[in-house]
Amino acid sequence: MENTMEYEDSQAIQASLRKKSRPVETMIQAFLFLCGALSILTTLGIIYSLGSEAMLFFTRVQWEEINKTLAAEIGANDTLIMLSQSGKSLYEDDIIRLQDEYIRVLAIGEDGLTVERGVQNTIPAAHPADIDVFLEVKVTLREFFLQKDWNPQIGKFGIWALVNATLMTSLFATLVAIPLGLSTAIYLSEYASTKVRNTLKPILEILAGIPTVVFGYFALTFMTPVLRAVFGRDVVEIYNTASAGIVIGILVLPLVASMSEDALSAVPRSLREAAYSLGATKLETALKVVVPAAFSGIMAAFIVAISRAIGETMIVAIAAGAGPAFTFNPFKSAETMTGHIVRISGGDISYDSLDYNSLFAIGLMLFFITLTLNIISQVIVKRFREVYE
Amino acid sequence: MTAVQLQSQNPTASKQIAIETRNLNIYYGKFLAIKNNNMKIEARKITAFIGPSGCGKSTLLRSFNRMNDFVPSSWAEGEILYHGNNLYEQEIDAVEVRRKIGMVFQKPNPFPKTIYENVAWGARINGYQGNMDELVEEALRQAALWDEVKDKLKQSGLSLSGGQQQRLCIARAIAIKPEIILMDEPASALDPIATLKIEELIRTLSERYTIVIVTHNMQQAARSSDYTAFLNMNEDRAGYLVEFGPTEALFTNPKEKITEEYITGRFG
Amino acid sequence: MTDLFAANLPSRHRTGKIWNILFRASTFVGIIVLVILLLTIINNAFGYVAFEYKINPDSLVIEGVPLEEMSKEQLTQVLQENVSKGLFRNLENQQPFENRERDEIYGLILERVLEPQIVGIWNMVDTIQLSRQEALAEVIDQHPNATIEFMSWLDLQFLTSPQSSTVVRAGIRTAVLGSLWTIMVAVLFAFPIGVGGAIYLEEYAEDNKLNRFIRTNIYNLSGVPSIIYGMLGLAIFVRVLNKLTSGAVFGVVDPINSNGRTILSAGLTLGLLILPMIIINAQEAIKAVPNSLRLASYGLGGTRWQTIWHHVLPNALPGVLTGAILAVSRAFGETAPLVVVGASTFITIDPQSPFSKFTTLPIQIYQWTSRPQDEFRSIAAAAIIVLLILLLTLNTTAILLRNRFSRRMN
Repeated sequence: MENTMEYEDSQAIQASLRKKSRPVETMIQAFLFLCGALSILTTLGIIYSLGSEAMLFFTRVQWEEINKTLAAEIGANDTLIMLSQSGKSLYEDDIIRLQDEYIRVLAIGEDGLTVERGVQNTIPAAHPADIDVFLEVKVTLREFFLQKDWNPQIGKFGIWALVNATLMTSLFATLVAIPLGLSTAIYLSEYASTKVRNTLKPILEILAGIPTVVFGYFALTFMTPVLRAVFGRDVVEIYNTASAGIVIGILVLPLVASMSEDALSAVPRSLREAAYSLGATKLETALKVVVPAAFSGIMAAFIVAISRAIGETMIVAIAAGAGPAFTFNPFKSAETMTGHIVRISGGDISYDSLDYNSLFAIGLMLFFITLTLNIISQVIVKRFREVYE
Repeated sequence: MTAVQLQSQNPTASKQIAIETRNLNIYYGKFLAIKNNNMKIEARKITAFIGPSGCGKSTLLRSFNRMNDFVPSSWAEGEILYHGNNLYEQEIDAVEVRRKIGMVFQKPNPFPKTIYENVAWGARINGYQGNMDELVEEALRQAALWDEVKDKLKQSGLSLSGGQQQRLCIARAIAIKPEIILMDEPASALDPIATLKIEELIRTLSERYTIVIVTHNMQQAARSSDYTAFLNMNEDRAGYLVEFGPTEALFTNPKEKITEEYITGRFG
Repeated sequence: MTDLFAANLPSRHRTGKIWNILFRASTFVGIIVLVILLLTIINNAFGYVAFEYKINPDSLVIEGVPLEEMSKEQLTQVLQENVSKGLFRNLENQQPFENRERDEIYGLILERVLEPQIVGIWNMVDTIQLSRQEALAEVIDQHPNATIEFMSWLDLQFLTSPQSSTVVRAGIRTAVLGSLWTIMVAVLFAFPIGVGGAIYLEEYAEDNKLNRFIRTNIYNLSGVPSIIYGMLGLAIFVRVLNKLTSGAVFGVVDPINSNGRTILSAGLTLGLLILPMIIINAQEAIKAVPNSLRLASYGLGGTRWQTIWHHVLPNALPGVLTGAILAVSRAFGETAPLVVVGASTFITIDPQSPFSKFTTLPIQIYQWTSRPQDEFRSIAAAAIIVLLILLLTLNTTAILLRNRFSRRMN
């Protein structure tokens, strides 16, 4: 009898030790997981919204008025038609619209156009003379990437004008931020005493906290007049990419300085001592031992800075100029990808226009460029992280 | 004047002194770390500094090549004479001093560069104009490392074992052709076999260079050094020189009682 | 032996000195730029202004009392005498004059009777160098009725007035309120989710592929340009979720006219933007809590959530709050995403609800800076000063909090 009691007891104990279900715990865990996963939703949202609108941009059809009319009336089956000489020239494979019918141009000859009637599920019909001819305008990827000019009014959607301006401002920014930022980092990490470092670092943090719109104001009200005074008022326009680029460089400088300084500080002291003990000067130790040893961290800093410069909007919106222009002259006005997006979306814009869709195509490109740069910087840090011991 | 000249002038001349301290006091701020040090280190011999932890052996060693300069609060009174010059005078260039007086550290610290570059770097920045390949080979041979690395000079210095890394650091120090090599517990981070190899190496090196070595390991000092300096701490934790003399004499017949107590292991 | 080494020491020291100076100079460039920036802004925010009044204020004196010193009743009388009957009746109907503030009536007189036009403007540097007569001399030829006044563009009136098309009357009240509303929405949205996500990643998540992907994803999101968030907000919150964000779902606005460009959309967009920052900062704070604390709690039979709620979070809270304040500070200065989402270009009504149209302080600054006239530079500068002071306060609070936190931990 006692044995059975023990058996029952231990069963009771085992039962009380068995896993309890704790619904509240599970719910909380699920909620917290969703919070973390929201970030994935955000990324998906970005890709989806940018992608779908960009898709619309590339597939959307617009009918452009080309100042041509039908020269003579045609029947529903005529495959040779005559158009007026005026207006834009047509080419093979162009698709034109007469009233409700879409027609493909097969060949262009002396007597007229040889055409295919009723394409894209439209019904061939008779058309009277003098009606307007519309040309189908579609933006192809090729046009997007290979054309220079961006002028939606006349159907030009080449992105190079905008990319060129972005590259120019980023180039100026890089030329300012990287040398100054790295020098600052070297000074703070290798030369400055602790007191100096503790006073200077907060000042750099203050600089890093100033909103970009204030920098834009600064570019317009200080940097541009200075450039105009130095290079001449007829050389430098009021809106120019150089001024914007330099100020973007100043914006990004604290970022380069602090990331590089972190990388330099991580180099162990024993390496510096080894160099000094061989009779190296402070400069030689800093430039030939410490900086190479911190190389991957410094590289990552540079890349993050470039990515930030490319994505910068307000400084270029205020100081670089409105209206895309393809120019290599930094003293002229030009619009960057980001500046264009902000200008167009700040105005009155209808959701169903090519302009609206085009913003997303540009945005998608911007997203991929900055994402690639950020991934590269992460890979560099992981792959080439120096082993010091 | 070189040693040869000296000897030819006076065949019974006393030993040549590589470096000498006179009334040397070393401070960290207000704290006196080394008190009234006076010694003469003989050239091309091995001198060992021994003593309990914290008695200032490393501080004293580092004062010889001005490495203490990197501790902001450190300053010195008295003289360290090297070729008749006081190393702590204003006009002396610490960078130049460190070329003539090299150092090997406790924990091997090769540069994250190739083995070749590790050895060549010091010579390069000091303006070496001869054949670099020959210099590297000679330094590695002197450090008893050449045979082990001659086929992998382009590999990273960090890919070597601990003992090999330390010999690489020795080769690196040799390559700039110093007169004196200071070693701060060079084998304490190594296993016993590597330690023995280092000790043999030091014996060979002393034919060309003056070696001053700080060590915690008394047996090591007893077997491998020519002269030994025993430093101890007094109540205010200042380090003072208790006894300095030929190693065999100091270990078999110490003059001071406290020396005897230390080497027989009764304290420290 | 020593001959093989070149005597290059002097030149190496020289080179070292030169680079030392270069490094030092580079560091000070950043500081000098900061100083110049602040000086430029202050320079523009104060100075002489040449006004030309339609009616000379001196002609409105009643019994020897000048306009600025008149009482409310006297001002009302002046107003009545100088505007059309119809206008006076309209104003009375909108709000009886006895119920209005004296300053309001003074403002009306300024706007409707005196109608000052700005015909000349000088910044602080010029103002210091010129006397009033010299400044007057510059504009007197073209504008014989001009008078010079010293204007501090940043004053109480500036802070409390709504947006206006006349520079003199313009203020940042609408913009500041808009900023506060949007930030509030952003924080209410992002703070709980951000902290929740951080708790999940630090306390619950195992090291598997999905969680590693989430971490990398958050890190990448923090590097996405802010304007992309604006486009996301435009596409999703303004358009797709139109019914929700415009308030149509709640019956606030009739669905036909509903427009998603509201404070709610703006706040949600900003929230998404600062979410990665809050998560990463909160993660650091949670990581810093010593593990021994958790072990002690588990050892007493605490569940995971009990350990987090009672031990980890209270200890991590200062760090989490610091991160949140820094994120708010960042959100305050953001302009581009809100322009894209659809801030109103001209709005004079204070925000009433999350479904109101909005503008924010940085956007106001942007708009004023983009105008060509010089006087807009001045009010933009004044607005920038307000923005910078707000940010400075926020950041200082965060730093003080962080210092108190680290002192407590040690």
